[in-house]
Amino acid sequence: MAEAVIAGSVPTPRGTVEQRVSAAQAAAERVSRRTRWALIAPALIVIGILGIAPLIIILIYSFLKPGAYGGVIPEFSTNAYVQFLFEKDLFDESYHFTTAHFQIYARSLGLAAFTTIGSLILGFPTAYFMATRPAHQRNFWLFLITLPFWSNLLIRTFAMFVLMREEGIVNNSLLYLSILEEPIRIMYTDTAIGIALLYSFLPFMVLPIYASLEKLDFRYVEAAYDLYATRWHVLWRIIVPLSKPGIVAGCLLVFIPALGAYVTPLLVGGGKSLMIGNLIALQFAGSRNWPFGSAASLILMALVMIALYVYVRYGTRKSGFAHG
Amino acid sequence: MAELAVHSGGRRIAARKFDLRRLHGFGTIAGACLVILYAPILILFAFSFNSSRSVNVWTGFSTEWYPKALLNDKIWGAALNSMQIAIFATICSTIIATAAALATTRTKPWRGMIASYMTINLPLMVPEIVTAIATLSFFGIIAGILGTRLGIIQIMLAHTAFCIPFAYMPIRARLEDMDLTLEQAAADLYATPWQTFRRVTLPLLMPGVIAGATLAFVASFDDFTITSMLVGPGETTLPIYVWTSIRRGISPEINAMSTILLVISILLVSLSFLIGRKKY
Amino acid sequence: MLRHALCMTAAAALLFASSAAYADGELHLYNWGDYTNPKLIEKFEQQYNVTVTLDDFDSNDTLLAKVRAGNTGYDVVFPSDYAVKILLDEGFLAKTEPNKMENFKNVDPPWVDVYWDPGRNYSVPWQWGTTNFAVDTAVYSGDIDTLAILFDPPPELDGKINMQPEIVEVIHAGLRYLGKPLCNSNPEDLKAVNDLLVGAKPHWRTIEYAMIETLVAGDVAASHGWNGAAMRARLQKPTIKYAYPKEGVAGWMDNAVVLADAPNMENAKLWQNFLMDPENAALISDFAKYANGIMGSEKFLPQEFATAPEIMMPANAPAPTFQPPCPQEVTEKYNQIWTNLLK
Repeated sequence: MAEAVIAGSVPTPRGTVEQRVSAAQAAAERVSRRTRWALIAPALIVIGILGIAPLIIILIYSFLKPGAYGGVIPEFSTNAYVQFLFEKDLFDESYHFTTAHFQIYARSLGLAAFTTIGSLILGFPTAYFMATRPAHQRNFWLFLITLPFWSNLLIRTFAMFVLMREEGIVNNSLLYLSILEEPIRIMYTDTAIGIALLYSFLPFMVLPIYASLEKLDFRYVEAAYDLYATRWHVLWRIIVPLSKPGIVAGCLLVFIPALGAYVTPLLVGGGKSLMIGNLIALQFAGSRNWPFGSAASLILMALVMIALYVYVRYGTRKSGFAHG
Repeated sequence: MAELAVHSGGRRIAARKFDLRRLHGFGTIAGACLVILYAPILILFAFSFNSSRSVNVWTGFSTEWYPKALLNDKIWGAALNSMQIAIFATICSTIIATAAALATTRTKPWRGMIASYMTINLPLMVPEIVTAIATLSFFGIIAGILGTRLGIIQIMLAHTAFCIPFAYMPIRARLEDMDLTLEQAAADLYATPWQTFRRVTLPLLMPGVIAGATLAFVASFDDFTITSMLVGPGETTLPIYVWTSIRRGISPEINAMSTILLVISILLVSLSFLIGRKKY
Repeated sequence: MLRHALCMTAAAALLFASSAAYADGELHLYNWGDYTNPKLIEKFEQQYNVTVTLDDFDSNDTLLAKVRAGNTGYDVVFPSDYAVKILLDEGFLAKTEPNKMENFKNVDPPWVDVYWDPGRNYSVPWQWGTTNFAVDTAVYSGDIDTLAILFDPPPELDGKINMQPEIVEVIHAGLRYLGKPLCNSNPEDLKAVNDLLVGAKPHWRTIEYAMIETLVAGDVAASHGWNGAAMRARLQKPTIKYAYPKEGVAGWMDNAVVLADAPNMENAKLWQNFLMDPENAALISDFAKYANGIMGSEKFLPQEFATAPEIMMPANAPAPTFQPPCPQEVTEKYNQIWTNLLK
């Protein structure tokens, strides 16, 4: 240590060694900072223009009044937000608290949670299985998993519909095998929406987990077995924690879009109950209340942003490098 | 299959065959997953041979829908549009997402990193219908300024934007925990940053990039809400065509066309797979 | 991998850039899905040497939202009656004056002075029809000419009914059933219709547009919907019968209008004139099975079309009402009822 201190303060023509090292480091810092900004700039620009600008428009809309037949009138009003919580009684024009919108949000949250957990239960083993195939087989499995998604989702959902109907194949075979006495009525219920959402979002769970698991170092696993761990231990204490980034990525990629899903509930849900996406779409369509639609979306986004922020601040692994 | 030789007190106990990668039941679940994924496809395929107009009720075998599908310009126009847009959006968004992932992962926290992360994931958080209406208004204003519509570029740009987070997530997941030492080693060997990236980082990152690109492609190809708002003359995409057909009665022609598309994509991917293999 | 992707993009671009173009320009149509006879388009293309493109929308609301954003690129769109009124009042339509066009004499007189465009200065009739409901008589064979089928159904139909997801249509059907005026802002009437709908909802199975498929497949046995769709369903399943409820019948007419910012104004006017020819009108009706507003087209249509029960209303059925759009306060109340119904 003494040598290091002496060496650091040894003068050279361009300053001490220490000074030269830190100067070099600072230069490297500047270069890497510039590279960083250059790397991230395209993403920020594209999303800035096509994501943020439209959002600002929506924010403005939410504080305006609805036009008679759709659109907005440039007059300030917070009515849209009030409308989320309070509605005018039909008779006496007084405002009273309404849970209608909460119920719709709660239903969507429940379905999105179901979809996420379901696709995790199905997707994790599948991703693991794919990642543990011999290297030359993996591309084939990847191909196999993604191939169904080369055909259009709407048509496939319709095909699911065919499967799930009372006279559908699933029911028919179960009836034929006398396992059931009456056909299961899934169609047009919330369960049907959940199943259809699960089906649509499965690859969004499998692929990130696969990407994460594929580089899993199995020497950790081997070490655990050497220490007499059971398979269960190995799974929960080694494999899952090591694939956490993939799992989290998958959950986010499933939960958030499922929350705002619009087309799938419309196709298989039967239309008797609204999800958030349908409620918002309705405001821009038949209900002709653009401000309220904008307000409802901003409220949804706020909820999601809180969850995301919590993840970023507290959920990332502390490994000396923090990930943004 | 690794043979685990168990030592005990210096003596070698009989080795037992033990696949340390295998977890019970996972193969079965993977199989179940595949069944779930493919069952509707098989239904689709089966009903493309239905002899009546229904896609729900089987009435008999007929191949009449395939010639109809092959000759239907509208469906093909729509499918082609979807392909074009999806390919453009996938390429652009994957490149942008890779760059963004490199900038935001495995570094010391820099000012604006969290904000950047939130921005990148913004399209995911906004409900599609909101993005649809907002982007429509936005492009309406632009078109007003320029005096003319931008055409299919509008849809391509909008898709690129929302595909970025889809591509970003798997790439980032892959990048996290990737060993920095390999890249440091490359730097020690006098590799420039670009060389390091091309020869070391990118190949290691490739499964993540492929996963990201695939997700982006799926997201774009299947998108309905945003596209339906932005679409203009002659730009109808497949999901929109299917949706409006549903309103007035869907027919097995669409099933036939989906099957044809599926076969084409199998051929394309197999082709590129074979071409890729020849390198080694 | 990048190379392959680039190749594929190039191939796609080449494939895309190959469409025959006619000499005299283009025409861009925006219509309901599966609603335009391809033969009609071909005939127009041959006759005037114009390339026609057709895009689809699924509801008047989508159309309104699109047009409102401006610069759609479309020349001719096909809104329903109330949507024409909205577009007109907000200044989105071009005054093409069909009443001065050559074929205007063929327009059936009842369709000339309509509430949404008196004297026809902007719009041309496309197709018209009624919105009631169709019942599978194999499931229920009693009297179907009453809205009680939808709101107070017999046990055979309980749980097997579909309603259209149109706020105004459903609420107005309820108001008709209760015998109250339409576009109603009277709190008592609204309360009554609210209770009616909430009480009827458990008897319904779905609230969606897919009428033909679900009726034919048997998922529902009665469905709120349009007469042409009912006819197409009946052609697949003969037991399906279209009802004309004695409490009142809802009518609508889709029209061809030209947008004020249409890029191909002259071709658009040619199209409007083209639609008023009886032979072309027959082509229109033959496809989606709705009546049109042009005299003399029956000559060119199959015999059974004119006498079909969905087209020819029975003598004792009430005349269809064409309802103008309701004022804003009424729409707000309707929305409230609807949201509460669907929560």
